[in-house]
Amino acid sequence: MTIYRIGIDVGGTNTDAVLLDDNYNVISETKSPTTEDVSVGIYRAMREVIERSGVSRNDVKYAMLGTTHCTNAIVERKRLNNVAVVRIGAPATLAVKPLIGVPDDLREVLGKHVYIVRGGHEFDGRQLVELDEAHLYEIANAVKGKVDSIAITSVFSPVSDKHEKRAAEIFHEVLGEKTALSLSSEIGSVGLLERENATILNASVVNVAKSTADGFVNALKEEGIYAKVFFGQNDGTLMSVEYAKRYPILTIACGPTNSLRGASFLTGKTDALVVDVGGTTTDIGVLINSFPRESSLAVEIGGARTNFRMPDLVSIGLGGGTIIRLKDDGEFTVGPDSVGYKLPEKALVFGGDTLTTTDVVVALGIAEIGDKEKVAHLDQEVLEKIYAKIVESVEVAIDKMKTSAEPVPVILVGGGSILLPDKLEGASSVLKPENFGVANAIGSAIAQVSGQIERVFSLDELGREKTLELAKNIAKEEAVNAGADPDDITIVDLEDVPLAYLPGNATRIRVKAAGSLVRKVEEGVTEIS
Amino acid sequence: MRLLGKQEIEDISVGAALLGTGGGGDPYIGKLMALQAIEEFGPIKLISVDEVQDDALVVPSGMMGAPTVMVEKTPNGEEAIGAFKSLEKYLGKEIFATMPIEAGGINSLLPLALAARLGLPVVDVDGMGRAFPELQMVTFYLDGISATPMVIADEKGNTSLLNTIDNHWAERIARNATIQKGGSVMMAIYPMTGKNLKDSGIRDILQLEEEIGRSIRVAKNNNHDPIEKVLELTGGYELFNGKVMDIDRKTETGFARGAARIEGLAEYQNETMELKFQNEHLLAVKDGKVACVTPDLIAVLDAETGLPITTEGLRYGARCVVIGIPCHPKWRTAKGIETCGPGYFGYDVEYTPLEQLVAEAKGVL
Repeated sequence: MTIYRIGIDVGGTNTDAVLLDDNYNVISETKSPTTEDVSVGIYRAMREVIERSGVSRNDVKYAMLGTTHCTNAIVERKRLNNVAVVRIGAPATLAVKPLIGVPDDLREVLGKHVYIVRGGHEFDGRQLVELDEAHLYEIANAVKGKVDSIAITSVFSPVSDKHEKRAAEIFHEVLGEKTALSLSSEIGSVGLLERENATILNASVVNVAKSTADGFVNALKEEGIYAKVFFGQNDGTLMSVEYAKRYPILTIACGPTNSLRGASFLTGKTDALVVDVGGTTTDIGVLINSFPRESSLAVEIGGARTNFRMPDLVSIGLGGGTIIRLKDDGEFTVGPDSVGYKLPEKALVFGGDTLTTTDVVVALGIAEIGDKEKVAHLDQEVLEKIYAKIVESVEVAIDKMKTSAEPVPVILVGGGSILLPDKLEGASSVLKPENFGVANAIGSAIAQVSGQIERVFSLDELGREKTLELAKNIAKEEAVNAGADPDDITIVDLEDVPLAYLPGNATRIRVKAAGSLVRKVEEGVTEIS
Repeated sequence: MRLLGKQEIEDISVGAALLGTGGGGDPYIGKLMALQAIEEFGPIKLISVDEVQDDALVVPSGMMGAPTVMVEKTPNGEEAIGAFKSLEKYLGKEIFATMPIEAGGINSLLPLALAARLGLPVVDVDGMGRAFPELQMVTFYLDGISATPMVIADEKGNTSLLNTIDNHWAERIARNATIQKGGSVMMAIYPMTGKNLKDSGIRDILQLEEEIGRSIRVAKNNNHDPIEKVLELTGGYELFNGKVMDIDRKTETGFARGAARIEGLAEYQNETMELKFQNEHLLAVKDGKVACVTPDLIAVLDAETGLPITTEGLRYGARCVVIGIPCHPKWRTAKGIETCGPGYFGYDVEYTPLEQLVAEAKGVL
């Protein structure tokens, strides 16, 4: 029996879905506009991709969703949890209170219950001061019935998470299992404010993640599909529904990540630059060993500085729907605004009234879509200048993402990649794979499950080799917890960085393990929370 | 006297990053501390050197230790107060005001946060006019003012008063105590009189930082070239405009040493600039010829936004403009160059003033 899998990716403009067989062949694909209530678009895409394929619903055993639900909730400041922010770090840290650098409107929503408790650790694992448990009990009782999610951050928890764990026990004891707890040591790395922000944001979207997950599972059931459900996360791997509800912030930026993974799969390239051209923006990322390169700098989410792992991306305001404005003196501007998902009605070639990048490439004979006659009147010379500018903006962005002057392979994906030529400055080759338009949904469907650890270890205790081995095993264990087959796990990333100025050989070690999904699927069971 | 509010702090932090010449520590935490202090205690009083009585006691404050610790175990704001109290008790005199020891990076902003908390004024003066990595690299040292008695204090309330025979001992003992205290402490150092300040300090430096930050912000909002205005404010020169091609970094004895190679764009096409740094940028060489060297300032700015780029932030493909700014004349004395000229940092280059290098490059001399 062939087992099929559905991959769905919700983007700003389109919701894409694919159905793959055992060998990752694309059986059917669909692209439909993302709806205001994104769930509606998801269900529509899912139904369509199955109907087109003619595959029996019984044979669909996996369903993977890459979604922007959580990102949207944070950006729009809507549907967020009532959060309590608990920082363990007094008497240190008082000079910079939680959420101080965060935009006022977000601070207003998330900063209603903020506490700083005595406790935390030093860089070498010594206790800063004893954890003030009485204060934690007091806080737990004070927020009872007022909040449904708690963000707990303690100083140097990447070195020792003892105080965070103890605080979690106390909150569970007083508030029961229903209140969601987010521990910073499980989310970000060294850098208190950035890790705390990431933890608070994670706590704020727990409900959004829950309702998205439950909605997806229910929609599958209604369709008569009994599949194991996974969510795409932003390192290019999958997480289980349970995991996604605990770490929803890790779904942020899974869209571009899925494109990167899909591009790697479709071309067989493990190291390349991926240019994903959508309707509004072009995202450029870097594949290293088939996985996206992570950002080493703080990344802002909804205006808050965070330091949890995020793909290293540059985004430029250029896509298939980018608006071109011609001036009387022969000058022009390209974007940055776009007609977005209204491209099929707004672009000239589709009978609309707005000159877009799509019209430019059709008029120049680079792509064949819509009605070429509708752009025949445009001045070729100006068009060529516009096109040169479009290509140059992508080439500059490509250059910024490279780590050296060496030319690298460039893979073009996304619906808007028809905009770009076969030759680009700085590229050793330009690849346009088949199914390029739905590379993101494919990336979501083929993803492996992973486990990651990032922590500061003191090498003085076990020595470097043994410490690395320990870290690898923790990462593998995490991968198994997330649903990976224990017999098929590999370490896909390992980094150790000694911390300057500190004794005891304090070293930050990051390990990621990834593996294929456990193949055993129980018949007729859809995972329900 | 004038008052500094939140916008002024934002602007000062941009100027501080610029005068940090690539190093000096990320001003971000310091900025947040100052913003919170203003929220809790109101605006900060900034006074000029001339508003300080000759016999008044002024004490610079700042942080010492590992930046990685500071960004995790952020200060509680009371450390520096503890250090001041301890110093006042020892000296038997009230402290009249505080000030930054250096004008670059995080230490530009920490005294502002402290001042807001204590209700003390900040004197618009510093001891470098830029950022340097070691305790003795201040104009006060050139003028024979001692770093001690100094106090280092942690968040638990521990304070250590140091009286040392020279600044090297101060550095050594303080560094050890800092590790015991958890790797990052606040210090009160170089206590001095108003008279000392007038003779030895570099004046109006916070105002300059604020003007730099404001000009970059305003230029961005009005689509003007931000760099032109920065050059005007600092008396600086554009040295190069190009794209970073290669960075070579290594950590040696606690310092991030390295070099960056930039290839020219626009009118600098086919030219190359090499930057050498040790936390801060210290030497700029264009096509084999020295274009600017420490103690003159070398800053790297984002070509588009004009915002300063740190040495850690340098990476391949970054479009940037390199500018040179003449240092304060005190650094151009024999002792100044001995203290932080190219030789001290291990570069085999003779110090030549920036203005002269620029004139030579233009073929005027």
